Amino acid sequence: MSEFALQRVAERFPDAVVQGYAYRGDETLVIQREHLVEVARFCKDDPELDLKLPLSVTCVDFIDEKPRFELVYTLYSITKKHHLRLKVRVGEDDPTVPSTISVWRGMDWWERYCWDMYGIRFSDRGPMKRLWMYEEFEGHPLRKDFPLRGRQPLIPEADIQDIYRGPGPGPGSPPASRSNPPRPSQLPIVK
Amino acid sequence: MPDNHEIADTSAVGALDAPLPRKTMSINMGPSHPASHGTVRFNIELDGENIVKLDPEIGFLHRGFEKSCENVTWQQCLPYTDRLNYVSALCNNFGFLTAIEKLAGIEIPERAKYIRTIGAEIHRLCDHLTCVGAMGMELGGFAPFLYAVEARELLWDRIAELTGARVTTSFGRIGGVERDLPEGWVQKVEDTLVKVEEFRHEIDELLTHNRIFIDRTRGTGVLSAEDAVDFGFTGPMLRASGVDYDVRKAHPYWVYDRVQFRVPLGTTGDNFDRYYMRMAEMEESISILRQCFAQMQPGPHIVDDWRFVLPPKPQVYSTIEGVIGHFKLIMEGVKIPKGECYSFTESPNGELGWYLVSDGSGRPYKVHCRAPGIQMVGALEHMVKGSLLPDLIPTFDAINMIGGEVEQ
Repeated sequence: MSEFALQRVAERFPDAVVQGYAYRGDETLVIQREHLVEVARFCKDDPELDLKLPLSVTCVDFIDEKPRFELVYTLYSITKKHHLRLKVRVGEDDPTVPSTISVWRGMDWWERYCWDMYGIRFSDRGPMKRLWMYEEFEGHPLRKDFPLRGRQPLIPEADIQDIYRGPGPGPGSPPASRSNPPRPSQLPIVK
Repeated sequence: MPDNHEIADTSAVGALDAPLPRKTMSINMGPSHPASHGTVRFNIELDGENIVKLDPEIGFLHRGFEKSCENVTWQQCLPYTDRLNYVSALCNNFGFLTAIEKLAGIEIPERAKYIRTIGAEIHRLCDHLTCVGAMGMELGGFAPFLYAVEARELLWDRIAELTGARVTTSFGRIGGVERDLPEGWVQKVEDTLVKVEEFRHEIDELLTHNRIFIDRTRGTGVLSAEDAVDFGFTGPMLRASGVDYDVRKAHPYWVYDRVQFRVPLGTTGDNFDRYYMRMAEMEESISILRQCFAQMQPGPHIVDDWRFVLPPKPQVYSTIEGVIGHFKLIMEGVKIPKGECYSFTESPNGELGWYLVSDGSGRPYKVHCRAPGIQMVGALEHMVKGSLLPDLIPTFDAINMIGGEVEQ
């Protein structure tokens, strides 16, 4: 990753950058949501940065913090051989982020992934479509408040008595019970 | 299901013509289709035989990889990573462990680096063999697939001798690998490589100069270098378009800076180039393996640090420190320092990236797997739009979509 990339963006957009830091050699810039697209476009088009390869977009759910969600964009430059990580923080009440498809077309399915798994909405693009789950699915499975076994089968499943594995329940989680955890909502079961 | 649209007839209508109203036709291909390996459903809108719109629907193999990882200890994630790309499990195992080691700041022993390189290259061969074999089979030639599977089976036997499992290896450990190479294994692999080279040559003879194969793959699914980068392609698909980016060369990890190998580059970015990238990379993998065997020196295969690695069994059974170390690692998990990192290795299909977040406990707070195939399947519509329906098959084969990693 590159210290240079961090400074260059911070100099160009002093208002947009909330925070910049490096950990384990990974340079990270936290930027404001409103400036995401212009910063992204600068990262791609600037010949010194040349971050043309969109590697991934993901989201982290810090459930106890405010703002709750943190979107993580990983970018790479093939010519300059450096990475840069952009972060945008959004709250639970308005989890909307401007879409970067107009900058990198490869971000399309990662944005669908963030919508499917975390319920992050992306503006300035077509209607959000789930990537992995089916359209009838309710809720966003990778949110920390979604139950581990929050299955919503479209056809009835055989009851499994004991599926709990691993060394007991995690720290801070409620005691494991042998009954199924409640679903986000009881779906009508298609016969 | 896409709506069907009227197609405006552009041909001149003469006085005696009776133009028929035309509409596009919707076709569902898959989820299980004999000409596509992998469970994916294509919603296709066709004008005659030309693709107007394509909407791949994935997720049939989604098992909640990330959610599962967040609920188990760091070591317990390892078996889940086998099931990402199940044709080349060791690449996933070692890539994931390399990411954890970056986050924890562990430097693994030299011999472990060599063993990881060897395992990953053997599985790269397996993956490429599967890809070219299946590509040949789905374009009508069954024999190359049989040769490929036979060669792959030989390599999987060697993997079974090394790890104890053909496919789901779970071989690496945080800080190294589980055990050293078995007695006489190196010689056996060297003998196997000679056989694999023969099979590779056989497939090469059957496909590379085959008229039908060339007609189906040359000039189909073409993607320019700019588009390939913009869509986030990595690996052989990107290099087929002529972009020189291989993680093993650009950011060498393990021992890739100590072995000589070339990175094949394509010129046209069509399916034939993508096929040939794999054929050429197999030769390089075999050469890397031979160099590793020549360079390897005896030594420890895992770090001696009880914060990360289970104590040796004799000490667990006879000393209190050993018992405590073992108990804490199993019950609480390896304590990875609080932080985040992005680590990346070259898996057979492209860059396998891991974005990990640790909150300092024994369990991952977030595990994100940047599977190389996701963006490639996402760009499938762009690659086949306007071309014939049969061109979809080689294009989809060249992506080598592995459901396990694309759908996680």
